[in-house]
Amino acid sequence: MSPAATGAGAARSAPRSYRDTLSRSSARTLTRRRVVNHAMIGLTYLAALIATVPLLLILWYLVSRGAASVNWAFFTEIPKPPGELGGGMANAIAGTLILVAIASVLGLPIGIGAGLYLAEQRGARLAVAVRFLSDVLNGLPSIVLGIFAWQVLVRPFKHFSALAGGIALAAMMIPLVTRATEEMIRLVPVSMREAALALGYTKWRTSLSVVLRTALPGIVTGALVAVARIAGETAPLIFTAFGNQFWSLSPTQPIAAIPMQIYTYAMAPYDDWNRQAWAGALVLLALVFVISLAARFATRSRFGLGGD
Amino acid sequence: MHIPTVAAQDASIDRARDPIDDTPVEPMTVKPEPAAPVRDVCIAVESIDAYFGAARVVRDASLDVETGRVTAIIGPSGCGKSTLLRCVNRMHETVPGARVEGEVRFNGRDIYSRSVSAIGVRRHIGMVFQRPTPFPTMSIRDNVAAGLKVLPRAERPSRRETDAIVERSLRRVALWDEVSDRLGASAVALSGGQQQRLCIARALATSPSVLLLDEPTSSLDPISTQRVEELVYELREQVTIVIVTHNMQQAARISDRTAFMLSGELIESGSTNAIFTAPRDPRTEAYITGRFG
Amino acid sequence: MTDAAATPPGLSATPADGSSAARIEGSSIGDRAYRWTTTAFALVIPVLLVAIAGAVFTAGWPALSKFGFGFFTHSEWDAVNGRFGAAPAVFGTIVSSVIALVLATPLAVGVAIFLSEFAPPWLRLPVAFFVDLLAAIPSVVYGLWGILVLMPFLRGQVMPFVKETLHLGDFPLFSGPAYGPSMFAGGCILAIMVLPYISAVTREVLLAVPRSQREAALALGATRWEMIWDAVLPFARSGIIGGIILGLGRALGETMAVTMVIGNSHDISASLFAPGYTMASLIANEFSEATNDLHLSALMAVGAGLFVVTIVVNAVARWLVWRTSRGPTA
Repeated sequence: MSPAATGAGAARSAPRSYRDTLSRSSARTLTRRRVVNHAMIGLTYLAALIATVPLLLILWYLVSRGAASVNWAFFTEIPKPPGELGGGMANAIAGTLILVAIASVLGLPIGIGAGLYLAEQRGARLAVAVRFLSDVLNGLPSIVLGIFAWQVLVRPFKHFSALAGGIALAAMMIPLVTRATEEMIRLVPVSMREAALALGYTKWRTSLSVVLRTALPGIVTGALVAVARIAGETAPLIFTAFGNQFWSLSPTQPIAAIPMQIYTYAMAPYDDWNRQAWAGALVLLALVFVISLAARFATRSRFGLGGD
Repeated sequence: MHIPTVAAQDASIDRARDPIDDTPVEPMTVKPEPAAPVRDVCIAVESIDAYFGAARVVRDASLDVETGRVTAIIGPSGCGKSTLLRCVNRMHETVPGARVEGEVRFNGRDIYSRSVSAIGVRRHIGMVFQRPTPFPTMSIRDNVAAGLKVLPRAERPSRRETDAIVERSLRRVALWDEVSDRLGASAVALSGGQQQRLCIARALATSPSVLLLDEPTSSLDPISTQRVEELVYELREQVTIVIVTHNMQQAARISDRTAFMLSGELIESGSTNAIFTAPRDPRTEAYITGRFG
Repeated sequence: MTDAAATPPGLSATPADGSSAARIEGSSIGDRAYRWTTTAFALVIPVLLVAIAGAVFTAGWPALSKFGFGFFTHSEWDAVNGRFGAAPAVFGTIVSSVIALVLATPLAVGVAIFLSEFAPPWLRLPVAFFVDLLAAIPSVVYGLWGILVLMPFLRGQVMPFVKETLHLGDFPLFSGPAYGPSMFAGGCILAIMVLPYISAVTREVLLAVPRSQREAALALGATRWEMIWDAVLPFARSGIIGGIILGLGRALGETMAVTMVIGNSHDISASLFAPGYTMASLIANEFSEATNDLHLSALMAVGAGLFVVTIVVNAVARWLVWRTSRGPTA
């Protein structure tokens, strides 16, 4: 594809304006084109400016309305009944941790296993299908996953549970961890695998002790990003974990979670609850950001292979 | 002194006479090289065909590898020499879609027969690759011991024995002095030449009887290259070595026997001296003299 | 070293210690177990998907079988008398998503062009960072901000401005009472949530346009903008559309932020300032108050509809993006 050829191609599709300009060099047209050019560039600067505003606005309000309420009580007390002042989100914090733990216990092994399969069976028909379906699963609204968990785990037992919530979250986590694992495993050079095989390693041992181990930092990053994502989810929990005003750590009982608590508090007409909603949102956002950023920061290539 | 003339020499075909005391003197002829002691053939490659899918990249190759010698395989790039090497330790078949036909006899047993496991083969025939591949998540010590960890339980050495084996392997590759104080450090911190020697030490740790080297110095600087070549020379009696190289001079320097490959076929093989001074096949000669590379 | 003439141990079929078959086959037993395990884990995904589809449609079946496809076209939602029609929710989903895309697309494409063409290097990272970070904010935080900041702002400033100062109050699009919770508020929030996705895909697609296209246009005397408009954007067009549809897919499924600002009312109104419903927010909002099984089933039927729609939209989006990143075959 020589530049000349593409030049000719571009010329054919170019509007008459600059071809004519080449032959007629009209100064007025040129000026107009320059003005348009500068205007459009300015518009893109404007778009960039406007696009960065929402984030800054949200952060500003979170901090200004919530920071003062993030105090010791927030982390240690459970909610007070409506109308009473004070209280905190201790049970919701614990609940989020438990829900994330349940989701991870299911989501991580399945995601890593599926990722290993996809990376090693790359072009096989089943692998192609699973990869596609993983993307489909990834795109499902989280509320649909909540419906699934509700139908399967809440309705038959007639009560809400942390387990059901954890499973809905695990369904969200699986495609994320699968994709991250597959990408990281693919990055490990074939030469590493061959070196192990040549030493007498069996295939499974090569995959686990050498390849997976080498890819582990990147996989941990992907897992943390997935955790950050599910920690902030509300919709699938509404009809599974349901929320709990009291302190509860049991997997078979309804359980509180930070996002659900924020939702309840935000929709309520009580100022004190609104205030706590801001605090909760600030803490949640800080949690999500810290995990995401730390995870991305930690993705440094550890491979430093030799051969200089 | 009376110097026998050529005519006089010709006249006495069988014997010339020492001009001083007129005793018969052996005619001056080029003595043949003393016959090298006959060696066992530890690896006999017999009519190997190697395929990637439908493409046949090694065609009916046969080669005898003598015990305790260094055998080099040379040839232009793409001629199949690496593939042939990888057939010897059953690495070729690890590539999806690849297959091997023919036999490779290791001490008399065909390694491709159904009763032989590829894992077992690879424990006795070690390999070092072109690019150094230390395992990045393991320390220097663990890298060298990596092959020992996967030995069957009955053969697995204890921790103390492993340490001894690690030290011995590192000494053999002349790396011990450089790393003995940081055995627990990451292997990736070493230089390229050191990493390659580490990989050789790793391959030697399981005491293989054969070591296959696939262009081991092509990614190294000249000094590291020289060290590796010296190493190969020192190892020769203890380990049978087969080395693939695209560097003819290297083959001439360190090998006892050489085989020349072209377009998947093994054209000829013989003692290094013979191949480089009196090749039988015109294609070999063309390659040796640099008419194509 | 080893006696060269003897067969090395481990190579024989019947090693001395008698653990014959296991040793030769040992590695392949381990390999097979590994293979089966990873395959089983991979199969969880299709099984899960089928289970989700099954659960959603099973839950919604009573309502779907009772009302048929008319469920999605009738607008009467009367829980007390057992008559359910989800048309307002469907309408609301479409309208709010359209508003979101109309607002977000020019911004997202503008930012993407800015980042890939005009941004000075020192500005590139911060702007990209801020825009991408929008995707990490949880939905409920958007909702909180929306209900306590955006809505009062709309109610107190924007809506009166449009209705009175611009005298558009009689225009059907802006008619009726404007208390804040509205389709417009929902669309605004969705626009912010969808912006980072469209921007990220567009950026990727713009970067995939070969240099030769750009250079050819510049060499002909085009200005920077003309180069982008004439040479780069047409090339990237289907990828950008793919990004927009991807954004659409996300907007369709958004629940919390929308339910907090849209007003949750079963009304189909021409006015942007009137409250409404989306499919996702309907489910979230009425679930805890569902009085009887038919009501629940109706909500689940809406979920089934949402399930189908998002799958189709996402599939189209991915196909378009995939087609562009593979590039033309030239």
